Amino acid sequence: MAAPQAATPQTTVPVLEVEDLRTVFLTDAGPVHAVDGVSFSLGPGETLGIVGESGSGKSVTALSLLRLLQEPARIVGGSIRFQGREVLAMSPRELRDWRGDRAAMVFQDPMTGLNPVKRILGQVTEHIVSHGRMPPKPARRRGIELLRRMGVAAPERAAAAFPHEFSGGMRQRVMMAIGLANDPALLIADEPTTALDVTIQAQILDLLRGLNQEFGTAIVLISHDLGVIGSVCRRVAVMYAGEVVEEAPTADVLEDPRHPYAWALVNAVPRLEAPAGARLTAIEGTPPDPLNPLPGCRFAPRCPFRIARCDTEHPPLMEVAPGRRARCWVTADGRSLPRPTVPATAERRAPATGEAPLLQATGLEKKFVLPRKSLFAQPAMVHAVNGVDLVLRRGESLGVVGESGCGKSTLARLLTRLHAPTAGRITFEGQDITTATPAALRSLRPRLQMVFQDPYASLNPRMTVGQILAEPLLAHRRAPSRAAAAERVASLLDTVGLKPAFATRFPHEFSGGQRQRISIARALALEPAVVVADEPVSALDVNVQAQVLNLMLSLRERLGLSYLFIAHDLAVVRAFCDRVAVMYLGRIVEEGPADEVITRPLHPYTVALTSAIPEPGRQRVLLGGEPPSTLRLPQGCAFRARCPVAQDVCATLPPLAEVAPGHRLACHFPGALAPLPRQERLP
Amino acid sequence: MSRYIVQRLVTAVMMAILASAVIFLIANFVPGDPVLAQLGDIAASDPATVARWRAKWGLDLPLWERYGIFLSGLVQGDLGTSIATRRPVLDDIFQYAPATIELATVAFLLSLVIGIPLGIAAAVWRDGWVDSVARVVSLLGVSAPTFWLAFIMLAIFYGGLGWAPGPGRLDPIAFPPEGPTGLFLLDSVMAGDWETFGDTVAHLVLPSIVLAAATIGLITRTTRAAMLDSLQQDYIRVSRAKGMRERTTILGHALPNALVPVVTLGGLAYANLLAGAVMTETVFSWPGLGRYTFRSAAALDFPAIVGITLVVSVTFLLVNLAVDLSYALLDPRVRR
Repeated sequence: MAAPQAATPQTTVPVLEVEDLRTVFLTDAGPVHAVDGVSFSLGPGETLGIVGESGSGKSVTALSLLRLLQEPARIVGGSIRFQGREVLAMSPRELRDWRGDRAAMVFQDPMTGLNPVKRILGQVTEHIVSHGRMPPKPARRRGIELLRRMGVAAPERAAAAFPHEFSGGMRQRVMMAIGLANDPALLIADEPTTALDVTIQAQILDLLRGLNQEFGTAIVLISHDLGVIGSVCRRVAVMYAGEVVEEAPTADVLEDPRHPYAWALVNAVPRLEAPAGARLTAIEGTPPDPLNPLPGCRFAPRCPFRIARCDTEHPPLMEVAPGRRARCWVTADGRSLPRPTVPATAERRAPATGEAPLLQATGLEKKFVLPRKSLFAQPAMVHAVNGVDLVLRRGESLGVVGESGCGKSTLARLLTRLHAPTAGRITFEGQDITTATPAALRSLRPRLQMVFQDPYASLNPRMTVGQILAEPLLAHRRAPSRAAAAERVASLLDTVGLKPAFATRFPHEFSGGQRQRISIARALALEPAVVVADEPVSALDVNVQAQVLNLMLSLRERLGLSYLFIAHDLAVVRAFCDRVAVMYLGRIVEEGPADEVITRPLHPYTVALTSAIPEPGRQRVLLGGEPPSTLRLPQGCAFRARCPVAQDVCATLPPLAEVAPGHRLACHFPGALAPLPRQERLP
Repeated sequence: MSRYIVQRLVTAVMMAILASAVIFLIANFVPGDPVLAQLGDIAASDPATVARWRAKWGLDLPLWERYGIFLSGLVQGDLGTSIATRRPVLDDIFQYAPATIELATVAFLLSLVIGIPLGIAAAVWRDGWVDSVARVVSLLGVSAPTFWLAFIMLAIFYGGLGWAPGPGRLDPIAFPPEGPTGLFLLDSVMAGDWETFGDTVAHLVLPSIVLAAATIGLITRTTRAAMLDSLQQDYIRVSRAKGMRERTTILGHALPNALVPVVTLGGLAYANLLAGAVMTETVFSWPGLGRYTFRSAAALDFPAIVGITLVVSVTFLLVNLAVDLSYALLDPRVRR
């Protein structure tokens, strides 16, 4: 290696200097400028976040940094210097020696990033050996030590295991061990927590922050979530349409964004302390066509602060304040952008307790029998839902939150009778539908509709939007003729904010947010009383999420809908729901008014969940471990094993009892674990 | 892992018993009377002769009793006596099987040794010249009829160029090697008889290429498809991000994952090579099971047919067992 390795970490040479990086995808329609002149610099031990929506070029930037892109993507210009060495000039051999040794990367999906047929330890240590850092035997010892350091439980046993034996969180820890195996000076983490639950995400983010502080590893963290970046990185670069549009300390961007796109990102996210039920700030439109870049500012067509100059002249990245750069003509003189006008809070109706419930579940249970492993084995059972009592009243929206595997999606499918319950009762509009036949359900379906999580998989790709929306109308004879159906389709599209002309298009012609609008229109086609929405916004970018949430809020007011809203994001639930039920391992552990449950949680699990939301300054109640297996239900309180305040009495199941009007709780020690106070700045 | 093996073994034994019953039943319900096939027209017209003959072969007993006799014989390693050759069926099979096993195994190894590397290369240099070569080789191998290919090969390399020896396992004037296995390659090596070994190899070249042609094509295509899929996976990018050599990434990370479907196909292909050697054996005058089967079927020699079918199905079961076990070796998710 040309550069002397003895240089002290305090040297002023930046770890990474990126200048005018340009990466294009060569497509049949012409080159797509995915990364278009990105520059930034990262000192030793510094942390930089890159944030943007899907398609902004942030992941392509990350892959470009390690030159990991494959055809048809190509780096066509600029420079990437690592500790003064030009990465773009490295020979394949030099590149190989450098990657995984001085610079490492952690990818988004831990489920697919590990080779399923290789043991964990080999995957952690192979590049320690191949880079000549250690012979195999000490490398194995180091591998186990790394796993321990990353918080992998029982590292000796884990080392000999195969990836499929681990949960997503554990696999991401293994991926981090792989990344850090050779003590790199630079770690690039591309959405490392996006596939994980909030409490696991909190653990991984803490780990990242700890590694940065302990080893001085410089970190580039790519995420779509400013909160995630804020909890690890001091500085952030906001990307839009292949360009960095703002670069500044993260806290400053969150407090006082100087680029309108950053402004939109910051304000589109529901915050826990915002008034509940408030509309979110959403900007309209979609990112520009990457094949034909605009002559002026790329954000101008969607910008609420646009001035004449924006349409004609492309703004450079300018210094707008000490240490802050933004690519905007409006804030070029150093002014701040106005805070969003807080839109009128939707009027909250007091829960009409006297009224008969619209949808009610009593003692609801669902067990799934797994296929036998062998002829003689007892079939295993998944205890998905283990006794849920729930009431949804007319015009109310009830949020159900919990981590993956807590049974919230199964609950949604039980309530809509897509699944048949193993035990318990479900009534809908006063009618018992627990054992309703398919024929009886058919007449109920129009009143009880569902919106699914994945807007890509839930629309038939071979049908036009018009056909998709007309299908339920014709099937339930709600439209006397095709012409009448087409008319109704047009008005449905208008209701969800889409152009009626879109009826002739196919689903693949739409973006994720537009597809979710179509899904909602389909659910509304039959004028339902209840819409059960299973994670309807979790696959969407924050701005699109804000648009869809606003749409659902206004539909609720206009059509008097009731929602059962399944989500894992507490802030979203708080912004959208009147009441919230928190689930853990198939049971409700706390339920009550959304404001109350989220701002003054009483169950230790709710406390941990709210504290795990990545917002800068929020102190975490760290939960060790992961939820127990649904194959074998634990005795007593299911949360006991992870609970910081558990005692012997928790071995008996605490009942879900009312602790205040409308607030139910299943815990022997209500409020024993108090939420931690907020900190002002990163430590 | 050991539990998995035991499970598979138990399943295999149960399948073998089931197969024997099915084979026995089918043989009994085949239209065609072995009595008429064996006795002359005159003898068959005499009821007493027919009855005597039936009693001699046990054809007068009820079906279940005959199956019982068959099973008890089977357990003792007795597959009955061939009606046509008047020799124990097992002896016949032992005489003819090694020739087929030798041919099929060499053909199988040939298809692995050619097909897998060709498939890997085609995937790694996708749309390059290797890929084109692989495509042509597979297409030719799969679509050329065996008998046609056999005659063309013989005409060119034996008749025309004289590079390859003629049909048969050995030169007509050579003596087969003495040995316990009947596999000439093994026997000649064990006897240290290198001349015979060379002669055997020379005689194996053409028939094994002909027999392997279709399998080479299938294995190449399957390996290519599986490798292309593996190379798209995230762990390949992780391996590159670790700074592993490209060779380690391809052979160490992508290949073990890609081998899973190839092993499935390989198992089926080996069984098919064993059972499908008839055409090749006929053209190359190969004294193997294929020709024995053909003769037995023509003579309605039921004990021989049942014996051969049983041997073939047990071979299928064994190959399947081997496939299942190699799955477990290749893919830890299958174990337990």
